[in-house]
Amino acid sequence: MNGLISLGVYIPRYRLQREAIAAALGTGGGRGSRSVASYDEDAASLGVEAARKALSGVGHRPERLYFATPAPPYLDKSNAAVIAAALGLDRSVFAADFGGAPRSGFGAMVAAAEADAPALALLSDLRTGRPGSSDESSGGDAAAALLFGPGTEEDPVIARVIAMAATTEEFLERWRAPGAQHSRTWEERFGEHVYGPLAEESFTAALKQANRTPSQVDRLLTSGLATRAVRQFARTSGVRAEAVAADRWNELGNCGTAELGVQLADALATAGPGELIALVLLADGATTVLLETTEHVTQRRPDPSVAAQVEAGAPISYATFLTWRGVLDREPPRRPEPDGPAAPPAHRSAAYKHSFQATRCTACGTVNVPPSRVCYSCSQIDEMAPAPLSTTLGTVVTFTVDRLAFTPSPPMIAVVVDFDGGGRFRCELADADPDEVHIGMRVEMSFRRLLTADGVHNYFWKAKPLRSSQTNSIEENA
Amino acid sequence: MTSHGICDRVAIVSMGCTPFGEHWDKGADDLMLDAVKATLAPTGLALQDMDAFWLGTYMSGISGLTMSRPLRISGKPVSRVENMCATGSEALRSACYAVASGAYDVAMAVGVEKLKDSGYSGLTRASIPGDGTGGTLGTTTAPANFSLLGPAYAEKYGVSQSELKDVLTRIAWKNHQNGARNPRAQFRKEVAPETIARSPLVAGNLGVFDCSGVSDGAAAAIVVRAEDAHRYCELPLYVKALSLVTGAADGNVDPNYDFTSFPEVVASAREAYAQAGVTDPRSEIAMAEVHDCFTVTELVLMEDLGFADRGMAWKECAAGAFDLTGRLPVNPDGGLKAFGHPVGASGLRMLFECWLQLRVEAPADRRIPDPRGRLGLTQNLGGGPGECVSFVSLVGTERGA
Repeated sequence: MNGLISLGVYIPRYRLQREAIAAALGTGGGRGSRSVASYDEDAASLGVEAARKALSGVGHRPERLYFATPAPPYLDKSNAAVIAAALGLDRSVFAADFGGAPRSGFGAMVAAAEADAPALALLSDLRTGRPGSSDESSGGDAAAALLFGPGTEEDPVIARVIAMAATTEEFLERWRAPGAQHSRTWEERFGEHVYGPLAEESFTAALKQANRTPSQVDRLLTSGLATRAVRQFARTSGVRAEAVAADRWNELGNCGTAELGVQLADALATAGPGELIALVLLADGATTVLLETTEHVTQRRPDPSVAAQVEAGAPISYATFLTWRGVLDREPPRRPEPDGPAAPPAHRSAAYKHSFQATRCTACGTVNVPPSRVCYSCSQIDEMAPAPLSTTLGTVVTFTVDRLAFTPSPPMIAVVVDFDGGGRFRCELADADPDEVHIGMRVEMSFRRLLTADGVHNYFWKAKPLRSSQTNSIEENA
Repeated sequence: MTSHGICDRVAIVSMGCTPFGEHWDKGADDLMLDAVKATLAPTGLALQDMDAFWLGTYMSGISGLTMSRPLRISGKPVSRVENMCATGSEALRSACYAVASGAYDVAMAVGVEKLKDSGYSGLTRASIPGDGTGGTLGTTTAPANFSLLGPAYAEKYGVSQSELKDVLTRIAWKNHQNGARNPRAQFRKEVAPETIARSPLVAGNLGVFDCSGVSDGAAAAIVVRAEDAHRYCELPLYVKALSLVTGAADGNVDPNYDFTSFPEVVASAREAYAQAGVTDPRSEIAMAEVHDCFTVTELVLMEDLGFADRGMAWKECAAGAFDLTGRLPVNPDGGLKAFGHPVGASGLRMLFECWLQLRVEAPADRRIPDPRGRLGLTQNLGGGPGECVSFVSLVGTERGA
């Protein structure tokens, strides 16, 4: 079985203060905040960002990619294929989607662990609910990427899977019909009643496989959407009280399918060698995975950490949240709607469009963005080599704030970026405020969904400010 | 680049220009016809006396049929040309070269645009299937594209944001002053600097009053061999230079481009000055009509055309050097700013102002100081900073000077 090589988590920048919900609706809300994916992010783009963090500085390239989300941008068309392209993975990679709720995220993780090749499990979620609902206020958006492999000297295993046990049970606790906007739940007390024994059964079975006792568990990470049942199990599991890990509900909310990845990243941020970590998920039964950290766990902490990303959050209003989620149908800018991408040109330029691969002139070394057959600098024809730029940092040369452009989140900020090492790119600036953009601003690239037209998502790259709270830049890490 | 100019080989013998503005009651057909009719009238020529036609339109029609059909032009070559906002100039250039080549004796250039039927303010684009990565002019709007000049200019020359805003405001104020005296202009009111400065921001530091008017309109010119000019007109305009430069669109690709200039304009001006033998544009040019699609564009153009030293245009604009009564009047007809900007017609509209001013037919309240012996310049631009098409023409009333 593969071991865990690396773990990356991506928390989108924006936070909705729960109090804003009650302020607007007179009901709902609560204390704290939840994370919110920006208008140009979806489960696939969140997954790409998490995967980029997991793969940063790692020599391993996954040969399997399993993408699990209950909020797929596409049906019929594979989202995993979009992600594989954005990551610039080799065409020979097997990429597949796992549809559905948290249990499929766990499934993707187990499949990656059990694969006979390096495999990446991507768990991504955009949590939503009716305005004023508990799902709306308690949900959080995030993605986690877990890279499993046999381990090498350069990329050692940081945690081994030592046991896995599952119970599967059919009962009505949470459900959503295809096409429905929101899920529905049965009474919480019923869920608590059914989940209790299921969780205990899987937990006990896993411990027995590993020949351990509950008191030997150093960190118990519990997740699931049935909050009462999850908390109840944590109390009655028999682990030491100090071993029950805190979640990020207060800052981010419950990140659903991605939640176990977020919790594991938090645990691995401080875990020492030889720790026993139990991951228990309550969803349509219960599943438990026991991980044991290796002596290498201190060498590859999740970066940036969940804590750092929590710190970097920025507030948005409830009206903005509702607008981004398509709940508030606001007047669009008085501009023609942009066209979606056409299939043949998008296919021809896939290396650029999806993995942001430009070209470097082999005659004079000049970087050409977008890829060009003729070098703008020396005019040589067809003397080009690939120049991947997705992890290269850049500097803003000039900028504007476009108050007329078509965007769900006006005003649009546009920047001209010069990349370190050559190459210039003009694009939108994501996750930024109009008054912070300036000449000289340092930026990194981010995979985004520019727009959707006729059901076609136009994925491409934007720049975003390099925030000082990031402990390491992608580049420095590579 | 080898370019054999056609200095003094052809002449403009008549011009017409419709009022620019919101022509809710006229289509492109009517506007073309109005401009053509006004152009033919003083010459006694009829449509069938023209040997060939060039129609410039950006998006109001496809092919020469756009004009031949409504005007019932039969059995003649009619070509539609397009080069973004430099489309009208492209039509003129084609007609001039056709006559200079000896292929035709009499050619007509027409520019037309009907923008107000789209339902949108600002330019819209034809849709061409693409990969969704947008080309660099894809996502942002025209004002945003041009507003990229502002921060770069201010940074390079140490101009504060408020100083820059003041200068841009003055450029808009000046062009509104001129347009207020022009019966064909879209906006015919003087506008107070405070109103301009406080107008809602559209992109960057460009407010509503920093942007040219979206309008409908048409303009036309008749081009003949220079030696025939006096058969049609007492005071023709001789074409001294025509220069079109289409950039390699590398400003958004090449880190050496600094967004404080249009290299295509510099190149086309240099070429035009060479064709006409102009060595000191500041003294040899009596007036200039330039592509002030946005106020910041006019600022940068003053340096690119050699009217001001690098980094100095903002001071010269502020000091009134380009006012109607300044040392080199720029956009005496109100420019794109106040006259309006029906894309395909603008290049010819600029020439129309040279037609009026150099022949001393402009109304007294906006007449430039004595232009005799000096030249009129038009500069017309399509695209935006980093990737554009620039056209420069020079015309004069004296042949073989």
